[in-house]
Amino acid sequence: MNKKIAKKSNIRILDGNQAAALGAKLSRVQVIAAYPITPQSPVTEKLSEFVERGELDAQYIAVESEHSALAVCVSASMVGARTFTATSAHGLAYMHEMLHWAAGARLPLVMACVNRAMGAPWNILNDQQDSISQRDTGWIQIYARNNQEIIDSVIQAYKIAESIYVPVMVCYDGFILSHTEMPVDIPAQEDVDKFLPPYKPHTVLDPANPRNYNLVTLANPRVNSEGVLCHGYMELRYLLQEALQNSKETMIKVGQEFGQLFGRNYANMCWEHRLDDADVVIVAMGSLAMEATVAADMLRKAGHKVGVLGLRVFRPFPKTEVVKVLKNSCLVVVFDKNISYGLEGATCSEIKAALYGSPVRAAIRNFIVGLGGRDIKARELVDAVNRSLLSMKEGDLNKESPEWICDI
Amino acid sequence: MGTRECQHICGESSPAIGEAGKTGEWRNSFPKIDRERCLLAKQSKPSCFLCWLYCPDAVISKTIPVEINLEYCKGCGICAQVCPAGAITMVFEHEAGADKKD
Repeated sequence: MNKKIAKKSNIRILDGNQAAALGAKLSRVQVIAAYPITPQSPVTEKLSEFVERGELDAQYIAVESEHSALAVCVSASMVGARTFTATSAHGLAYMHEMLHWAAGARLPLVMACVNRAMGAPWNILNDQQDSISQRDTGWIQIYARNNQEIIDSVIQAYKIAESIYVPVMVCYDGFILSHTEMPVDIPAQEDVDKFLPPYKPHTVLDPANPRNYNLVTLANPRVNSEGVLCHGYMELRYLLQEALQNSKETMIKVGQEFGQLFGRNYANMCWEHRLDDADVVIVAMGSLAMEATVAADMLRKAGHKVGVLGLRVFRPFPKTEVVKVLKNSCLVVVFDKNISYGLEGATCSEIKAALYGSPVRAAIRNFIVGLGGRDIKARELVDAVNRSLLSMKEGDLNKESPEWICDI
Repeated sequence: MGTRECQHICGESSPAIGEAGKTGEWRNSFPKIDRERCLLAKQSKPSCFLCWLYCPDAVISKTIPVEINLEYCKGCGICAQVCPAGAITMVFEHEAGADKKD
Protein backbone atom coordinates (compact mmCIF):
# COMPACT_ATOMS: atom_id res chain seq x y z
CA MET A 1 0.00 0.00 0.00
CA ASN A 2 1.55 3.33 -0.93
CA LYS A 3 1.67 6.28 1.45
CA LYS A 4 -0.78 8.41 -0.48
CA ILE A 5 -3.48 5.80 -0.06
CA ALA A 6 -2.58 5.04 3.56
CA LYS A 7 -2.96 8.72 4.46
CA LYS A 8 -6.47 8.80 3.08
CA SER A 9 -7.66 5.73 4.98
CA ASN A 10 -10.71 6.18 7.17
CA ILE A 11 -10.92 3.12 9.37
CA ARG A 12 -14.08 2.55 11.40
CA ILE A 13 -15.38 -0.44 13.36
CA LEU A 14 -18.36 -1.77 11.40
CA ASP A 15 -20.44 -4.91 11.30
CA GLY A 16 -21.14 -6.53 7.93
CA ASN A 17 -24.62 -5.07 7.55
CA GLN A 18 -23.34 -1.54 8.17
CA ALA A 19 -20.59 -2.18 5.62
CA ALA A 20 -23.16 -3.29 3.01
CA ALA A 21 -25.45 -0.29 3.67
CA LEU A 22 -22.51 2.09 3.50
CA GLY A 23 -21.35 0.49 0.24
CA ALA A 24 -24.78 1.16 -1.28
CA LYS A 25 -24.77 4.75 0.03
CA LEU A 26 -21.29 5.45 -1.37
CA SER A 27 -22.48 4.02 -4.72
CA ARG A 28 -25.19 6.71 -4.68
CA VAL A 29 -28.08 4.30 -5.15
CA GLN A 30 -31.28 6.05 -6.26
CA VAL A 31 -33.96 3.50 -5.41
CA ILE A 32 -33.96 1.06 -2.49
CA ALA A 33 -36.72 -1.49 -1.99
CA ALA A 34 -36.25 -4.14 0.64
CA TYR A 35 -38.24 -6.11 3.18
CA PRO A 36 -36.69 -6.83 6.58
CA ILE A 37 -35.65 -10.37 7.49
CA THR A 38 -33.13 -11.64 10.03
CA PRO A 39 -30.13 -11.30 9.72
CA GLN A 40 -30.46 -8.71 6.93
CA SER A 41 -32.79 -6.25 8.78
CA PRO A 42 -30.10 -3.79 9.94
CA VAL A 43 -29.14 -3.17 6.28
CA THR A 44 -32.64 -1.87 5.52
CA GLU A 45 -32.78 0.07 8.80
CA LYS A 46 -29.46 1.76 8.14
CA LEU A 47 -30.41 2.70 4.56
CA SER A 48 -33.78 4.13 5.60
CA GLU A 49 -31.94 6.23 8.21
CA PHE A 50 -29.59 7.58 5.53
CA VAL A 51 -32.59 8.54 3.37
CA GLU A 52 -34.61 10.03 6.26
CA ARG A 53 -31.68 12.13 7.46
CA GLY A 54 -31.16 13.43 3.93
CA GLU A 55 -27.67 11.90 3.71
CA LEU A 56 -28.67 9.80 0.72
CA ASP A 57 -30.73 11.21 -2.15
CA ALA A 58 -32.75 8.08 -2.84
CA GLN A 59 -36.31 6.80 -2.85
CA TYR A 60 -36.81 4.22 -0.11
CA ILE A 61 -39.86 2.26 -1.22
CA ALA A 62 -41.63 0.28 1.50
CA VAL A 63 -43.07 -2.98 0.16
CA GLU A 64 -45.10 -5.86 1.56
CA SER A 65 -42.82 -8.70 0.47
CA GLU A 66 -39.48 -9.61 -1.02
CA HIS A 67 -41.12 -10.51 -4.31
CA SER A 68 -42.42 -6.94 -4.54
CA ALA A 69 -39.09 -5.52 -3.35
CA LEU A 70 -37.27 -7.06 -6.28
CA ALA A 71 -40.13 -6.21 -8.67
CA VAL A 72 -39.75 -2.54 -7.63
CA CYS A 73 -36.00 -2.73 -8.21
CA VAL A 74 -36.56 -4.31 -11.64
CA SER A 75 -38.93 -1.51 -12.67
CA ALA A 76 -36.76 1.26 -11.25
CA SER A 77 -33.64 -0.11 -12.91
CA MET A 78 -35.50 -0.39 -16.20
CA VAL A 79 -36.27 3.34 -16.20
CA GLY A 80 -32.71 4.28 -15.35
CA ALA A 81 -32.30 4.28 -11.56
CA ARG A 82 -29.40 2.63 -9.74
CA THR A 83 -31.12 0.26 -7.33
CA PHE A 84 -30.26 -1.78 -4.27
CA THR A 85 -31.95 -4.47 -2.25
CA ALA A 86 -30.93 -6.89 0.47
CA THR A 87 -32.39 -10.11 1.81
CA SER A 88 -31.75 -13.51 3.38
CA ALA A 89 -32.97 -17.11 3.15
CA HIS A 90 -36.77 -17.24 2.80
CA GLY A 91 -36.81 -13.70 1.47
CA LEU A 92 -34.39 -14.69 -1.28
CA ALA A 93 -36.46 -17.79 -2.04
CA TYR A 94 -39.54 -15.60 -2.27
CA MET A 95 -37.66 -13.42 -4.81
CA HIS A 96 -36.85 -16.44 -6.96
CA GLU A 97 -39.16 -15.56 -9.86
CA MET A 98 -37.95 -11.96 -9.99
CA LEU A 99 -34.30 -13.10 -9.81
CA HIS A 100 -34.82 -14.80 -13.17
CA TRP A 101 -36.65 -11.71 -14.43
CA ALA A 102 -33.89 -9.28 -13.43
CA ALA A 103 -31.20 -11.36 -15.13
CA GLY A 104 -33.34 -12.11 -18.20
CA ALA A 105 -34.15 -8.41 -18.61
CA ARG A 106 -30.39 -7.74 -18.20
CA LEU A 107 -30.84 -5.22 -15.39
CA PRO A 108 -27.74 -4.29 -13.38
CA LEU A 109 -29.25 -4.66 -9.90
CA VAL A 110 -27.06 -5.20 -6.88
CA MET A 111 -28.27 -7.19 -3.89
CA ALA A 112 -26.76 -8.02 -0.54
CA CYS A 113 -27.61 -11.60 0.38
CA VAL A 114 -26.96 -12.21 4.07
CA ASN A 115 -26.56 -15.98 4.07
CA ARG A 116 -28.99 -17.82 6.35
CA ALA A 117 -30.29 -21.38 6.57
CA MET A 118 -33.54 -22.40 4.88
CA GLY A 119 -36.49 -23.94 6.76
CA ALA A 120 -38.05 -26.33 7.57
CA PRO A 121 -37.32 -26.46 10.44
CA TRP A 122 -37.08 -22.73 11.17
CA ASN A 123 -33.56 -21.51 11.70
CA ILE A 124 -32.25 -17.97 11.50
CA LEU A 125 -28.55 -18.79 11.66
CA ASN A 126 -25.92 -19.03 8.96
CA ASP A 127 -25.24 -21.40 6.11
CA GLN A 128 -25.07 -20.81 2.35
CA GLN A 129 -28.02 -22.94 1.21
CA ASP A 130 -30.10 -19.84 0.33
CA SER A 131 -27.84 -18.28 -2.30
CA ILE A 132 -26.51 -21.61 -3.59
CA SER A 133 -30.13 -22.55 -4.31
CA GLN A 134 -30.31 -19.47 -6.60
CA ARG A 135 -27.20 -20.48 -8.53
CA ASP A 136 -28.94 -20.88 -11.90
CA THR A 137 -30.87 -17.59 -12.02
CA GLY A 138 -28.22 -15.79 -14.09
CA TRP A 139 -26.84 -13.56 -11.31
CA ILE A 140 -23.15 -13.09 -10.62
CA GLN A 141 -22.41 -14.31 -7.07
CA ILE A 142 -19.59 -12.86 -4.97
CA TYR A 143 -18.86 -14.27 -1.48
CA ALA A 144 -17.17 -11.86 0.93
CA ARG A 145 -14.75 -13.24 3.52
CA ASN A 146 -14.79 -10.21 5.84
CA ASN A 147 -16.54 -6.85 6.27
CA GLN A 148 -13.95 -4.96 4.22
CA GLU A 149 -14.75 -7.22 1.29
CA ILE A 150 -18.46 -6.53 1.76
CA ILE A 151 -18.21 -2.75 1.31
CA ASP A 152 -15.61 -3.10 -1.46
CA SER A 153 -17.65 -5.76 -3.29
CA VAL A 154 -20.88 -3.73 -3.23
CA ILE A 155 -19.13 -0.74 -4.85
CA GLN A 156 -17.40 -2.94 -7.44
CA ALA A 157 -20.66 -4.83 -8.06
CA TYR A 158 -22.29 -1.72 -9.53
CA LYS A 159 -19.41 -1.15 -11.91
CA ILE A 160 -19.42 -4.81 -13.00
CA ALA A 161 -23.21 -5.02 -13.31
CA GLU A 162 -23.54 -1.76 -15.24
CA SER A 163 -20.68 -2.65 -17.62
CA ILE A 164 -22.18 -5.93 -18.78
CA TYR A 165 -25.85 -5.61 -17.73
CA VAL A 166 -25.90 -8.60 -15.41
CA PRO A 167 -27.20 -8.38 -11.81
CA VAL A 168 -24.78 -9.08 -8.96
CA MET A 169 -25.44 -10.72 -5.60
CA VAL A 170 -22.95 -9.90 -2.85
CA CYS A 171 -23.23 -12.74 -0.34
CA TYR A 172 -21.89 -12.71 3.22
CA ASP A 173 -22.39 -15.00 6.18
CA GLY A 174 -25.26 -14.15 8.52
CA PHE A 175 -24.19 -13.19 12.05
CA ILE A 176 -20.60 -14.39 11.52
CA LEU A 177 -20.06 -11.29 9.35
CA SER A 178 -23.41 -9.45 9.39
CA HIS A 179 -23.41 -8.92 13.18
CA THR A 180 -19.68 -9.05 13.94
CA GLU A 181 -17.74 -5.81 14.11
CA MET A 182 -14.28 -5.44 12.66
CA PRO A 183 -12.12 -2.62 11.29
CA VAL A 184 -13.23 -1.45 7.84
CA ASP A 185 -11.47 1.15 5.71
CA ILE A 186 -14.29 3.28 4.30
CA PRO A 187 -13.62 4.64 0.81
CA ALA A 188 -13.97 8.41 0.38
CA GLN A 189 -17.08 9.55 -1.50
CA GLU A 190 -15.06 11.55 -4.05
CA ASP A 191 -12.95 8.47 -4.86
CA VAL A 192 -16.04 6.29 -5.28
CA ASP A 193 -17.49 8.98 -7.58
CA LYS A 194 -14.30 8.81 -9.65
CA PHE A 195 -14.47 5.01 -9.76
CA LEU A 196 -18.17 4.61 -10.50
CA PRO A 197 -19.65 6.58 -13.42
CA PRO A 198 -23.43 7.24 -13.52
CA TYR A 199 -25.63 4.34 -14.62
CA LYS A 200 -26.43 4.25 -18.35
CA PRO A 201 -29.51 2.05 -18.86
CA HIS A 202 -29.92 0.00 -22.03
CA THR A 203 -33.67 0.36 -21.60
CA VAL A 204 -35.30 3.80 -21.71
CA LEU A 205 -38.80 4.91 -20.77
CA ASP A 206 -39.72 7.72 -23.17
CA PRO A 207 -43.37 8.50 -23.97
CA ALA A 208 -42.26 10.09 -27.26
CA ASN A 209 -40.65 6.80 -28.30
CA PRO A 210 -42.67 4.01 -26.69
CA ARG A 211 -41.06 0.56 -26.51
CA ASN A 212 -42.22 -2.92 -25.57
CA TYR A 213 -39.84 -4.59 -23.12
CA ASN A 214 -39.64 -8.32 -22.47
CA LEU A 215 -42.84 -8.98 -24.34
CA VAL A 216 -43.87 -12.46 -25.45
CA THR A 217 -40.77 -13.69 -27.29
CA LEU A 218 -41.27 -16.81 -29.30
CA ALA A 219 -38.76 -19.59 -29.65
CA ASN A 220 -37.49 -18.64 -33.09
CA PRO A 221 -36.00 -15.35 -34.34
CA ARG A 222 -38.64 -13.21 -36.03
CA VAL A 223 -38.69 -10.13 -38.28
CA ASN A 224 -40.21 -7.20 -36.38
CA SER A 225 -42.30 -4.30 -37.71
CA GLU A 226 -39.10 -2.39 -38.57
CA GLY A 227 -37.85 -5.28 -40.71
CA VAL A 228 -35.08 -6.31 -38.28
CA LEU A 229 -34.60 -10.01 -37.62
CA CYS A 230 -35.01 -10.07 -33.80
CA HIS A 231 -33.64 -12.63 -31.39
CA GLY A 232 -35.90 -15.45 -30.32
CA TYR A 233 -36.06 -16.61 -26.69
CA MET A 234 -33.13 -18.96 -27.07
CA GLU A 235 -30.83 -16.33 -28.62
CA LEU A 236 -31.51 -14.08 -25.61
CA ARG A 237 -30.65 -16.95 -23.24
CA TYR A 238 -27.41 -17.53 -25.20
CA LEU A 239 -26.49 -13.85 -24.79
CA LEU A 240 -27.01 -14.03 -21.01
CA GLN A 241 -24.77 -17.10 -20.78
CA GLU A 242 -22.18 -15.38 -23.01
CA ALA A 243 -22.28 -12.32 -20.73
CA LEU A 244 -21.68 -14.48 -17.64
CA GLN A 245 -18.91 -16.46 -19.39
CA ASN A 246 -17.13 -13.24 -20.40
CA SER A 247 -17.80 -11.41 -17.11
CA LYS A 248 -14.56 -12.70 -15.57
CA GLU A 249 -12.54 -10.29 -17.68
CA THR A 250 -14.69 -7.35 -16.54
CA MET A 251 -14.55 -8.43 -12.89
CA ILE A 252 -10.75 -8.61 -12.97
CA LYS A 253 -10.47 -5.24 -14.73
CA VAL A 254 -12.83 -3.61 -12.24
CA GLY A 255 -10.95 -5.25 -9.34
CA GLN A 256 -7.68 -3.84 -10.69
CA GLU A 257 -9.09 -0.32 -11.05
CA PHE A 258 -10.46 -0.54 -7.53
CA GLY A 259 -7.03 -1.56 -6.29
CA GLN A 260 -5.36 1.41 -7.98
CA LEU A 261 -7.76 3.88 -6.33
CA PHE A 262 -8.25 2.30 -2.92
CA GLY A 263 -5.14 0.16 -2.39
CA ARG A 264 -7.03 -3.13 -2.07
CA ASN A 265 -6.66 -5.26 -5.18
CA TYR A 266 -9.48 -7.55 -6.34
CA ALA A 267 -8.00 -8.59 -9.67
CA ASN A 268 -8.80 -12.24 -8.97
CA MET A 269 -11.71 -14.65 -8.88
CA CYS A 270 -10.34 -16.52 -5.88
CA TRP A 271 -7.77 -15.76 -3.21
CA GLU A 272 -4.93 -17.86 -1.85
CA HIS A 273 -3.36 -18.52 1.53
CA ARG A 274 0.08 -20.23 1.74
CA LEU A 275 -0.43 -22.10 -1.53
CA ASP A 276 3.07 -21.71 -2.99
CA ASP A 277 4.44 -25.10 -1.91
CA ALA A 278 1.15 -26.66 -0.74
CA ASP A 279 0.27 -30.20 -1.75
CA VAL A 280 -2.89 -30.22 0.37
CA VAL A 281 -5.42 -27.52 -0.49
CA ILE A 282 -8.50 -26.58 1.53
CA VAL A 283 -11.30 -25.03 -0.57
CA ALA A 284 -14.14 -22.97 0.95
CA MET A 285 -16.20 -19.79 0.46
CA GLY A 286 -16.88 -16.76 2.63
CA SER A 287 -16.00 -16.60 6.33
CA LEU A 288 -15.47 -20.38 6.40
CA ALA A 289 -12.44 -19.90 4.14
CA MET A 290 -11.02 -17.46 6.72
CA GLU A 291 -11.47 -20.13 9.42
CA ALA A 292 -9.67 -22.50 7.04
CA THR A 293 -6.60 -20.23 7.00
CA VAL A 294 -6.29 -20.77 10.77
CA ALA A 295 -6.61 -24.53 10.21
CA ALA A 296 -3.96 -24.41 7.46
CA ASP A 297 -1.55 -22.60 9.77
CA MET A 298 -2.14 -25.23 12.48
CA LEU A 299 -1.52 -28.04 9.97
CA ARG A 300 1.65 -26.27 8.77
CA LYS A 301 2.93 -26.30 12.35
CA ALA A 302 2.32 -30.05 12.40
CA GLY A 303 4.50 -30.39 9.30
CA HIS A 304 1.92 -30.63 6.50
CA LYS A 305 2.15 -28.42 3.43
CA VAL A 306 -1.37 -27.01 3.53
CA GLY A 307 -2.84 -23.93 1.87
CA VAL A 308 -6.27 -22.44 1.28
CA LEU A 309 -8.13 -21.59 -1.92
CA GLY A 310 -10.88 -19.09 -1.07
CA LEU A 311 -13.58 -18.91 -3.75
CA ARG A 312 -14.50 -15.22 -3.97
CA VAL A 313 -16.70 -15.65 -7.03
CA PHE A 314 -19.03 -18.64 -7.43
CA ARG A 315 -20.78 -17.47 -10.63
CA PRO A 316 -19.14 -17.18 -13.08
CA PHE A 317 -17.23 -20.19 -11.75
CA PRO A 318 -13.45 -19.64 -12.08
CA LYS A 319 -12.59 -22.96 -13.75
CA THR A 320 -9.21 -22.02 -15.22
CA GLU A 321 -8.04 -20.32 -12.02
CA VAL A 322 -9.03 -23.36 -9.95
CA VAL A 323 -7.11 -25.72 -12.24
CA LYS A 324 -4.06 -23.44 -12.12
CA VAL A 325 -4.10 -23.16 -8.33
CA LEU A 326 -4.64 -26.89 -7.78
CA LYS A 327 -2.06 -28.09 -10.33
CA ASN A 328 0.49 -29.26 -7.73
CA SER A 329 -1.96 -30.60 -5.18
CA CYS A 330 -2.34 -34.25 -4.26
CA LEU A 331 -5.28 -33.73 -1.89
CA VAL A 332 -8.11 -31.21 -2.14
CA VAL A 333 -10.46 -30.91 0.85
CA VAL A 334 -13.65 -29.01 0.04
CA PHE A 335 -15.79 -27.66 2.89
CA ASP A 336 -19.35 -26.79 1.96
CA LYS A 337 -21.92 -24.84 4.00
CA ASN A 338 -24.61 -26.18 1.69
CA ILE A 339 -25.78 -29.52 0.39
CA SER A 340 -27.08 -30.41 -3.05
CA TYR A 341 -29.30 -33.19 -1.74
CA GLY A 342 -28.63 -36.56 -3.33
CA LEU A 343 -25.11 -35.62 -4.43
CA GLU A 344 -22.67 -33.51 -2.41
CA GLY A 345 -21.74 -29.91 -1.56
CA ALA A 346 -22.20 -27.54 -4.47
CA THR A 347 -18.66 -26.14 -4.49
CA CYS A 348 -17.21 -29.65 -4.42
CA SER A 349 -19.14 -30.54 -7.59
CA GLU A 350 -17.83 -27.40 -9.26
CA ILE A 351 -14.23 -28.15 -8.27
CA LYS A 352 -14.53 -31.67 -9.67
CA ALA A 353 -16.10 -30.37 -12.88
CA ALA A 354 -13.29 -27.82 -13.27
CA LEU A 355 -10.64 -30.53 -12.90
CA TYR A 356 -12.17 -32.87 -15.47
CA GLY A 357 -9.90 -33.01 -18.51
CA SER A 358 -7.04 -31.28 -16.67
CA PRO A 359 -3.81 -33.05 -15.71
CA VAL A 360 -4.61 -32.64 -11.97
CA ARG A 361 -5.08 -36.06 -10.34
CA ALA A 362 -5.60 -34.98 -6.74
CA ALA A 363 -7.78 -36.95 -4.36
CA ILE A 364 -10.88 -34.95 -3.43
CA ARG A 365 -12.72 -35.08 -0.12
CA ASN A 366 -15.93 -33.18 0.67
CA PHE A 367 -17.20 -32.21 4.11
CA ILE A 368 -20.61 -30.70 4.82
CA VAL A 369 -20.24 -28.31 7.75
CA GLY A 370 -21.89 -25.45 9.62
CA LEU A 371 -25.49 -25.95 8.45
CA GLY A 372 -28.04 -23.89 10.36
CA GLY A 373 -25.31 -22.00 12.20
CA ARG A 374 -23.60 -25.14 13.56
CA ASP A 375 -20.31 -23.85 14.90
CA ILE A 376 -17.28 -25.07 12.97
CA LYS A 377 -13.90 -24.52 14.54
CA ALA A 378 -10.45 -24.53 13.00
CA ARG A 379 -9.53 -27.66 14.97
CA GLU A 380 -12.49 -29.50 13.41
CA LEU A 381 -11.24 -28.49 9.97
CA VAL A 382 -7.78 -29.76 11.00
CA ASP A 383 -9.31 -33.11 12.06
CA ALA A 384 -11.14 -33.37 8.74
CA VAL A 385 -7.92 -32.74 6.78
CA ASN A 386 -6.04 -35.29 8.91
CA ARG A 387 -8.79 -37.88 8.32
CA SER A 388 -8.62 -37.14 4.60
CA LEU A 389 -4.83 -37.61 4.58
CA LEU A 390 -5.26 -41.01 6.27
CA SER A 391 -8.00 -42.09 3.87
CA MET A 392 -5.82 -41.19 0.88
CA LYS A 393 -3.76 -44.27 1.69
CA GLU A 394 -6.73 -46.36 0.53
CA GLY A 395 -6.03 -44.97 -2.93
CA ASP A 396 -9.53 -43.55 -3.48
CA LEU A 397 -9.44 -40.39 -5.58
CA ASN A 398 -13.08 -39.76 -4.87
CA LYS A 399 -15.59 -40.84 -2.23
CA GLU A 400 -19.13 -41.88 -3.08
CA SER A 401 -20.67 -39.39 -0.62
CA PRO A 402 -19.57 -36.36 1.37
CA GLU A 403 -18.80 -36.66 5.09
CA TRP A 404 -20.82 -34.56 7.53
CA ILE A 405 -19.27 -32.92 10.54
CA CYS A 406 -22.18 -33.47 12.92
CA ASP A 407 -23.29 -36.06 15.49
CA ILE A 408 -24.76 -38.69 13.13
CA MET B 1 -25.30 -17.08 -34.23
CA GLY B 2 -27.20 -16.09 -37.34
CA THR B 3 -29.24 -13.22 -35.90
CA ARG B 4 -26.52 -10.91 -34.59
CA GLU B 5 -27.91 -7.96 -36.59
CA CYS B 6 -30.40 -7.63 -33.71
CA GLN B 7 -28.70 -5.36 -31.16
CA HIS B 8 -31.01 -6.04 -28.24
CA ILE B 9 -29.89 -7.93 -25.15
CA CYS B 10 -33.43 -8.34 -23.80
CA GLY B 11 -36.83 -8.76 -25.41
CA GLU B 12 -37.59 -5.39 -26.99
CA SER B 13 -39.59 -3.85 -29.83
CA SER B 14 -41.66 -0.83 -30.87
CA PRO B 15 -45.41 -1.14 -30.29
CA ALA B 16 -46.86 -2.19 -33.68
CA ILE B 17 -49.52 -4.51 -35.03
CA GLY B 18 -48.18 -8.04 -35.09
CA GLU B 19 -45.24 -7.53 -32.70
CA ALA B 20 -46.15 -10.77 -30.91
CA GLY B 21 -46.25 -12.63 -34.22
CA LYS B 22 -49.29 -13.80 -36.18
CA THR B 23 -51.34 -14.73 -33.13
CA GLY B 24 -54.05 -16.19 -35.39
CA GLU B 25 -51.76 -19.22 -35.62
CA TRP B 26 -52.55 -19.99 -31.95
CA ARG B 27 -56.23 -20.57 -32.75
CA ASN B 28 -57.98 -23.93 -32.86
CA SER B 29 -61.43 -22.58 -33.69
CA PHE B 30 -62.54 -19.40 -35.44
CA PRO B 31 -65.66 -17.19 -35.16
CA LYS B 32 -68.09 -17.52 -38.07
CA ILE B 33 -70.68 -14.74 -38.45
CA ASP B 34 -74.16 -15.42 -39.80
CA ARG B 35 -74.96 -12.09 -41.49
CA GLU B 36 -78.67 -13.02 -41.61
CA ARG B 37 -78.82 -12.89 -37.82
CA CYS B 38 -76.28 -10.09 -37.02
CA LEU B 39 -78.29 -7.04 -35.77
CA LEU B 40 -75.88 -4.59 -37.35
CA ALA B 41 -75.98 -6.27 -40.72
CA LYS B 42 -79.78 -6.58 -40.60
CA GLN B 43 -80.42 -2.95 -39.53
CA SER B 44 -77.57 -1.43 -41.53
CA LYS B 45 -77.02 1.27 -38.88
CA PRO B 46 -74.62 1.65 -35.91
CA SER B 47 -76.22 -0.26 -33.05
CA CYS B 48 -75.01 -3.38 -31.23
CA PHE B 49 -71.17 -3.59 -31.68
CA LEU B 50 -70.88 -5.84 -28.59
CA CYS B 51 -68.43 -8.16 -30.39
CA TRP B 52 -66.22 -5.17 -31.21
CA LEU B 53 -66.49 -3.92 -27.62
CA TYR B 54 -65.61 -7.22 -25.93
CA CYS B 55 -62.91 -8.52 -28.27
CA PRO B 56 -59.78 -8.60 -26.02
CA ASP B 57 -57.45 -8.44 -29.01
CA ALA B 58 -59.20 -5.61 -30.89
CA VAL B 59 -59.36 -7.65 -34.08
CA ILE B 60 -63.03 -6.84 -34.81
CA SER B 61 -63.60 -3.65 -36.82
CA LYS B 62 -66.26 -1.06 -35.91
CA THR B 63 -67.77 -1.19 -39.36
CA ILE B 64 -71.05 -2.33 -40.89
CA PRO B 65 -70.79 -5.20 -41.26
CA VAL B 66 -67.99 -5.94 -38.73
CA GLU B 67 -64.86 -7.65 -40.07
CA ILE B 68 -62.81 -10.07 -37.98
CA ASN B 69 -59.06 -10.07 -38.69
CA LEU B 70 -58.26 -13.77 -38.62
CA GLU B 71 -54.50 -13.13 -38.86
CA TYR B 72 -54.61 -12.08 -35.19
CA CYS B 73 -57.88 -13.56 -33.83
CA LYS B 74 -56.79 -16.17 -31.24
CA GLY B 75 -60.19 -17.86 -31.27
CA CYS B 76 -61.10 -17.13 -27.63
CA GLY B 77 -64.83 -17.17 -28.46
CA ILE B 78 -65.83 -14.15 -26.33
CA CYS B 79 -67.56 -12.54 -29.35
CA ALA B 80 -69.71 -15.67 -29.78
CA GLN B 81 -70.61 -15.58 -26.07
CA VAL B 82 -71.63 -11.90 -26.00
CA CYS B 83 -73.54 -11.76 -29.33
CA PRO B 84 -77.20 -11.16 -28.28
CA ALA B 85 -78.49 -12.53 -31.60
CA GLY B 86 -76.49 -15.77 -31.55
CA ALA B 87 -75.04 -14.76 -34.89
CA ILE B 88 -71.47 -15.92 -34.14
CA THR B 89 -70.54 -19.59 -33.83
CA MET B 90 -67.10 -21.01 -33.17
CA VAL B 91 -66.00 -23.51 -35.82
CA PHE B 92 -63.06 -25.86 -35.35
CA GLU B 93 -60.24 -25.11 -37.79
CA HIS B 94 -60.04 -28.73 -38.93
CA GLU B 95 -63.78 -28.75 -39.67
CA ALA B 96 -63.63 -25.52 -41.67
CA GLY B 97 -63.99 -25.96 -45.40
CA ALA B 98 -63.39 -23.47 -48.17
CA ASP B 99 -66.09 -21.23 -46.65
CA LYS B 100 -63.80 -20.24 -43.72
CA LYS B 101 -63.72 -16.51 -44.43
CA ASP B 102 -67.50 -16.04 -44.79
